[in-house]
Amino acid sequence: MPDYATLRLIWWLILGALLIGFAIMDGFDLGIGATFRFVGRTDEERRALLESIEPVWDGNQVWFIFAGGAVFAAWPLLYAASLSGLYLVTFALLFALILRPVGFMFRNKIAAARWRDAWDWALLIGGAVPALLFGVAFGNLFLGLPFHFDELQRPVFTGGFFGLLRPFALLAGVVSLSMLIMHGSVYAALKVGEPMSVRAAAVGRVAALVYAICFIAAGIWVASAIAGHQIASQANMFGPSNPMAKDVAVYQGAWLVNYRVHRILWLVPASALLAAVVTWSLLGARRPGVAFLSSSVTLAGTILTAGIALFPFLMPSSTQPDQGLTVWDASSSARTLFLMLVAVGVFLPVVLAYTAWVFRVLRGRITLEEIRRHAGRY
Amino acid sequence: MIDLAVVNASRLQFALTALYHFLFVPLTLGLSMILVIMEAVYVMTGRDIWKRMTRFWGLLFGINFAMGVATGITMEFQFGTNWAYYSHYVGDILGAPLALEGLVAFFLEATFVGLFFFGWERLSRVGHLVVTALVALGSSLSALWVLIANAWMQHPVGAQFNPRTMRMELLSFSEVLLNPVAQAKFVHTAAAGYVVGSVFVLAVSAWYLLRGRNVDIARRSMAVAASFGLACALSVVVLGDESGYLASDNQKMKVAAIEAEWRTEEPPASFTVFGFPDVQARTTHAALRVPWLLGLIATRSIDTPVSGIVDLVARARVRIESGIEAHAALRALRANPADAAAQARFAAHQADLGYGLLLLRYVNDPSAATSRQIDEAAWSTVPNVPVLFWSFRVMVGLGLFFILLFAAAFYLSARHRFEQNRWFLRIAFFSLPLPWIAAELGWIVAEYGRQPWSIDGVLPTFLGVSVTPVTNVWLSLAGFVVFYSALAVVDVYLLVRMIRRGPDGLGYWPPERAASGVP
Repeated sequence: MPDYATLRLIWWLILGALLIGFAIMDGFDLGIGATFRFVGRTDEERRALLESIEPVWDGNQVWFIFAGGAVFAAWPLLYAASLSGLYLVTFALLFALILRPVGFMFRNKIAAARWRDAWDWALLIGGAVPALLFGVAFGNLFLGLPFHFDELQRPVFTGGFFGLLRPFALLAGVVSLSMLIMHGSVYAALKVGEPMSVRAAAVGRVAALVYAICFIAAGIWVASAIAGHQIASQANMFGPSNPMAKDVAVYQGAWLVNYRVHRILWLVPASALLAAVVTWSLLGARRPGVAFLSSSVTLAGTILTAGIALFPFLMPSSTQPDQGLTVWDASSSARTLFLMLVAVGVFLPVVLAYTAWVFRVLRGRITLEEIRRHAGRY
Repeated sequence: MIDLAVVNASRLQFALTALYHFLFVPLTLGLSMILVIMEAVYVMTGRDIWKRMTRFWGLLFGINFAMGVATGITMEFQFGTNWAYYSHYVGDILGAPLALEGLVAFFLEATFVGLFFFGWERLSRVGHLVVTALVALGSSLSALWVLIANAWMQHPVGAQFNPRTMRMELLSFSEVLLNPVAQAKFVHTAAAGYVVGSVFVLAVSAWYLLRGRNVDIARRSMAVAASFGLACALSVVVLGDESGYLASDNQKMKVAAIEAEWRTEEPPASFTVFGFPDVQARTTHAALRVPWLLGLIATRSIDTPVSGIVDLVARARVRIESGIEAHAALRALRANPADAAAQARFAAHQADLGYGLLLLRYVNDPSAATSRQIDEAAWSTVPNVPVLFWSFRVMVGLGLFFILLFAAAFYLSARHRFEQNRWFLRIAFFSLPLPWIAAELGWIVAEYGRQPWSIDGVLPTFLGVSVTPVTNVWLSLAGFVVFYSALAVVDVYLLVRMIRRGPDGLGYWPPERAASGVP
């Protein structure tokens, strides 16, 4: 069994990998959900767009569900403090996500225009709201959340719902929304016939530009106007998970310390940005297949950029910085981390293998002719 | 101090969302298995009618499946939103089975369910059957993992409290996996789900036969439901999970409450078939008893006593006093982890720490608790006796009824006599809601019967709650009531519409219907 600190580091990497997996897989169906109502103008066009994700969105969403379970298992304090603290945001997110399974399944069952239009709006909310809120949540991590622990070690959140909608957090929300719309548009351009694929490519190019501008703006904002956190005391990477046993310094530029110490890490945000530009140009050149790869690099690079900046913090506290949650003091026991590591090592490759097989079976473009041949398979 | 308004609102929300989720889960479990059976017959015989059956019931399965997925999303995150201290306190153990549920079961089920609907023309017959079987396997595996988690809440094994992190930590995952309560619960719950699916198919088919519609499909569907349902209904009752209840004091309390067994009888204890439990007087009025039966069911022996409530409360009082010691030692250890005397004191009493925590409802410092408060806490370990007593009896009564229903259906099916027995078809049709009532009552017995604990003997329910304003919880609860009610209306509307249209009206998407875009 690896030592405790290594296990914690591995689990930080796995958490990152799960978020990236979620963004790449579920990201494209959230992105299509957010835009299909505009990219598809007639019912048939919308059905074609929806059919490109209907068979796979559910498996994709499990990346999110599993990431939630993995945080519960590997970072129980993070699970407890973040979900209870972001109480109303979490329920807004859940209500939006709940609209998706029923929306996909119910929409085509009845032909009435009003019925379908209502579900199209529901699917739009189910795609756009989560895409936005994930970014808002990440943005709030940079700003720190108002929480501390009481004498029983219960997390106590002292902020409200609207306190989370701070300008920087909203900017981060736009970063994630535009990034997932770009990704979804690339997938639509790849998977759906004309004229939807052409419109999707145009939407994707705009989204790539918006993403690039907002990503740079967010980076400048972090560098110039946001106080970051650093562990000031000697971090006990092997100690028991107790978030109240350290000192934290809060100062301008602390979120860039990891980049200053390891200059090679600047390649991560650079590749995210570069890949977005490449995606923009590949969409213009009608090469959506390669664009899907570059778009995925943007997704991974963006998540890693944020993760590296925050490391080792998982959830910094704005009111009691010393009690912010870090990789070293919010994990489960070494035994549980190791057990779950083995489980992920054994089962995740199996999941990836059968997921790849399913996508292979479903290969091919969904054209309007194909849509006219049947009435919906769900 | 704990805000009891938040506790009550959170409990109500959890109960409502979990019971609502479980309206869809058992039908997913049962129908997916029935789809496998029907499609297997299709693959073996090559007869097209079995494919049409699979697709028709698959359509209804899909509508229900979407609701199950939608309402399940809530469950994965609600531990954190509303039960933050619980999540911290036992996340080291409970997180693992919930994460594994996602990794091993949800991925499988959710990845292949798309191919079930979209793969008919893209896969070989056997290939599609394998996909259907993997969906069914995935849903049953998810039940397995979630019941391993739930069983640990009923009977927490393989874990120990760590004073340095102030939480329970895993000692042995194999003990958590092989928890005897988990095995009993899985067999019982999965079989109950299969019964729900079977009654659903039986009742809808009966409706078609009463109308003289889709007779070929309805007859065959009834035959499948009757034989599968009979086997499962027998399993549910024979393998009821009461056998696992005697593993610990709190499980014994649950059995005593279910049976309204106020005082320990000379073994073997008699079984109270009927009566009116009176909590104030601690007795059961107008009790109709069958000698020996409870002792036989609960202990599988004639000489082991079944503990009564009053005796279990006395035992709880002793453990609360020991728990006060554990809590005091823990405070000393928090102040000075190297305190050897406190370490020894904690080691001697730590098994009862949870009992000490029961007092936090009444006092901030358990050491300061008065004798009356300790009495009150000891009596708080008794769950709601009348609710448990009646829920259990109605559930078991329904379980026995399902055996008769399926046995009759099996007999009629073997003799090809469905249509002549309209009385049976009517009974079968009107039985439609009954398995849901039984399944929900089963959860009420299991979870309400575990109160006042969320983790039996380890963590009281009230203590596990999040520190959050009660207005937040009322807001989310109100949101759920409105949102879930609307979804229920749409779900039932669609199911009824699809059933009314029937396999004959669906036509499986020939080109001429495609223009309207309706399946």
